[in-house]
Amino acid sequence: MRCRKCPKRAVLGLPRHNTAFCGDCLTEFVRTQVQRAIKTQQMFSPEDRILVAVSGGKDSLTLWEILLKLGYRVDALYVDLGIPGYSSRSKEKVVQFAKMVAEPCGSRLTIHTVEEDAGAGIKELANLIKRPTCSACGTIKRYQFNRVAWQNHYNVMATGHNLDDEAARLLGNVLQWQEEYLQKQSPSLPASVEGFAKKVKPLYRMTEREIAAYAVVNRIDYLVEECPMAKGAKMLVFKDALNRLEAESPGTKQRFYWGFLDRQEKSSSVAPSMSQIDQTTLQPCTVCSQPTTAGTCSFCRMMVRAKTAVK
Amino acid sequence: MKVHLSHPTRDVVIQGPKRVAEIFKELNLLPEAFLIIRGQDLITEDETVADGDSIEIRPVISGG
Repeated sequence: MRCRKCPKRAVLGLPRHNTAFCGDCLTEFVRTQVQRAIKTQQMFSPEDRILVAVSGGKDSLTLWEILLKLGYRVDALYVDLGIPGYSSRSKEKVVQFAKMVAEPCGSRLTIHTVEEDAGAGIKELANLIKRPTCSACGTIKRYQFNRVAWQNHYNVMATGHNLDDEAARLLGNVLQWQEEYLQKQSPSLPASVEGFAKKVKPLYRMTEREIAAYAVVNRIDYLVEECPMAKGAKMLVFKDALNRLEAESPGTKQRFYWGFLDRQEKSSSVAPSMSQIDQTTLQPCTVCSQPTTAGTCSFCRMMVRAKTAVK
Repeated sequence: MKVHLSHPTRDVVIQGPKRVAEIFKELNLLPEAFLIIRGQDLITEDETVADGDSIEIRPVISGG
């Protein structure tokens, strides 16, 4: 197979675009798509300070690399969850990337260790408070990401969520008719209230396969291993179902999620915005002051339950 | 040919030469969920893998 843009050998076919690219043209394509996502969704400008959440996986390290290559002011946060073996291997990938790629560009890495803060790793914490590990993990990561962004004056938080992630999440929300979650599925969520930074997903136009291919072509050394806690996760089932549909009809995932975004935009003139909803429902947490719908935020409630369980 | 797979990590031996698309079919894998890497390079589904080659079939799906 030949590249559709130049005479070189193709390294990846992209059936959803009915095209194929060599390594250089794939790199250009992915960076252009990310820049388009940033511009069309008004995610941020070169003046903004961006904090990207990194895990050591392909998506977050690729996002960090692309934002650096595009000239944005970006630093990263890694949350060490204390998962035996897996966390040390993922941290090693992040630290190595920071040293070899990010630091020479003036970008720095912050590491938050859950065990130092909470006295236990994520699995032990989840057991103490009798919640699924992935749910406790999500609460901790969201909280720490926002805390570090807010305390260090980053005005934008970026995550490596891709088209597969968003299409699978949309499928899950639609199957359960979780309409309140549908409102939060935009790739760009505003800093609606004091204490929240803006949240963006610059990779939402790219599939997981395209991002992984970009990482391989650009020698980004990421952790291929899956988080052991994700085994049996519903998201994997939704992604597999969508990939089966994609194989039969290329472009299905894109039409599903982008079609949803189009509809969301059309209805935005009549429905209340996320900012309006947040401003009427959120208030500062009585313990930590981060915005919450309850008196005490879910992170602080979780920490209280964990400490009570230890006693 | 030697084929390296992940989740779980294992090596399988397949009779070559074979096109990548046929390897996917033989292993019952969805092309959309994997990359094929020979040495350090990606190869496309229409390429032929020789009997003495080693390739990695790398999953791209994550559960997060």
